[in-house]
Amino acid sequence: MTETEAPYRVIEAPLNRIDASLKIDAALTERWLTAFLRDELIERRRITKAVLGLSGGIDSALVAYLCARALGPENVYAIRMPYRSSSADSLADAQRVGDALGIHLDTIEITDAVDGYLRAAGDADPRRRGNVMARMRMLVLFDQSARLNALPIGTGNKTERLMGYFTWHADDTPPVNPIGDLFKTQVWALARHMGVPVEVIDKPPSADLEANQTDEGDMGVTYLTADRILAQILCGYNDAQIAAMGFDPREITLVRRRIEGTHWKRHLPTTALVSGTAINEFYLRPVDY
Amino acid sequence: MTFDVAIVQFKPRKGDVEANLATLRGVFAQLLAGPAPPPQLVVLPEAAMTGYFLEGAVYELSFSAPEFAAKLDATWRAAGGTATIDIVCGFYENHEGTYHNSALYATIGGGGPKVVHVHRKMFLPTYGVFDEERFLSRGRHLDVFPTPFGIAAILICEDAWHSIMPTIAALKGARLIIIPSASPGRGLAGKGMLESVERWRATATLMASEHGVYVLYAGLTGFEGGKGMSGSSCIVSPRGELLEALDELSVAILRARLDGAEVDLARATLPLLGDLAAVLPDLWYDAALPLPKVPSR
Repeated sequence: MTETEAPYRVIEAPLNRIDASLKIDAALTERWLTAFLRDELIERRRITKAVLGLSGGIDSALVAYLCARALGPENVYAIRMPYRSSSADSLADAQRVGDALGIHLDTIEITDAVDGYLRAAGDADPRRRGNVMARMRMLVLFDQSARLNALPIGTGNKTERLMGYFTWHADDTPPVNPIGDLFKTQVWALARHMGVPVEVIDKPPSADLEANQTDEGDMGVTYLTADRILAQILCGYNDAQIAAMGFDPREITLVRRRIEGTHWKRHLPTTALVSGTAINEFYLRPVDY
Repeated sequence: MTFDVAIVQFKPRKGDVEANLATLRGVFAQLLAGPAPPPQLVVLPEAAMTGYFLEGAVYELSFSAPEFAAKLDATWRAAGGTATIDIVCGFYENHEGTYHNSALYATIGGGGPKVVHVHRKMFLPTYGVFDEERFLSRGRHLDVFPTPFGIAAILICEDAWHSIMPTIAALKGARLIIIPSASPGRGLAGKGMLESVERWRATATLMASEHGVYVLYAGLTGFEGGKGMSGSSCIVSPRGELLEALDELSVAILRARLDGAEVDLARATLPLLGDLAAVLPDLWYDAALPLPKVPSR
């Protein structure tokens, strides 16, 4: 050893484990979420069947897998609800999921219902049309729930909930959602573990409300980046601290604005409080009471 | 002396005390049916007969300690229990108009019921998903109490997350620390185990080995409005060995025969508790500690 050679090896711990909060043990997650579904449906509500909208995308595909594992495929009713402009690939991918699982798969076109309303309402821009389609699908799902005596299951993930990237009182209405606390990147990881078809996992996520629409195009940021920034925001870091971790300040601002501009979408309607017994303000009972 | 314990990893039906007591009656019947003789001590989790998250309904589902002991006693007798057993069970307590998250140690059967001790949870989590202090009052005492199996202390859930609590209990003579708990599982990055459960395991094994005490951890299980109570009941020896454990979601009974002499042997091998008792006065009277000054006598 020369005199100039350092005798001790220096190991630096990272300042922040950026992706630590995005990691999941997929087998543990599957076990936890299927137990959740069994408890919520069978034990608490005494309902053995689930109904969900199967879009051909990864979120609803993963929920179909979870429901099939939790309840048995014979108790899962998936419904495709295409509009006339919906992608043929979406229908095919939903079919692929339905076939792989052996669940019930039905198709109910929403074109006539949506167009009937839009004719009466007059011209609507793409945003309004998209919201009408999303709410029509909600209407179908709840009606099918009553027909089948099956509980509607939600398919919204944590990323889109935090980004406000959903139609209020549409995608978010089902009373039970197994993946609402999973970021999109965690949805990908769990979907791979559970064997969701790769065609569904690997395609660009899309609400498929307009031609060539993608989620990442709509949001202006990739899911991977959004998740990594959201995870830091939820841990309490400010924008300067997140920028110091190496993130693009413009993307930090974009994500911050999305989350801070959509808190209302993650709550029930605002009710004027005028008494000392206001529901959910003074009169407090848990949802499962 | 050896003694037999049973930890019941209980899954309540929310708010339905009668249904939960009926379930408990089935558990008692199972314990009585053998082939092993019934345990001498049965431990149930926090809020076992009601579920944990009650919000304002806590006032509708709280009992005095004697009332609650009488319910447990009647359930034991209805299951065919005639002999005396000791039981620990968490419940929401109405103590003369003050409401607590409590756990009692009672003797039931035989000439019972007799309430031996009531611990009122001191650390009421009121952050994030927790809202206890909005509805409940804090307990003000951490007491130990004699049992046929040695001096014991009860810590309820977050009580045990503050390392000073088992330390004080052990200094007061506890050889057995009983932890009824209702812990919503969280953190999926662990390898095969929820991160919150990993923390519990570390907490239980560390307090056992540091103080030379048996730790009996009884975790509530089942989902409450999306929050999965993480079970994972376990028994830790005074040497800090995890003797046996349940997983998060099993509805199960964990049984063990424990030996009080193990406490003496563990403390002889690793006399940390004795060391602490010797050093504590120096620590306690450190003027830099932000503690109330001891009044002059």
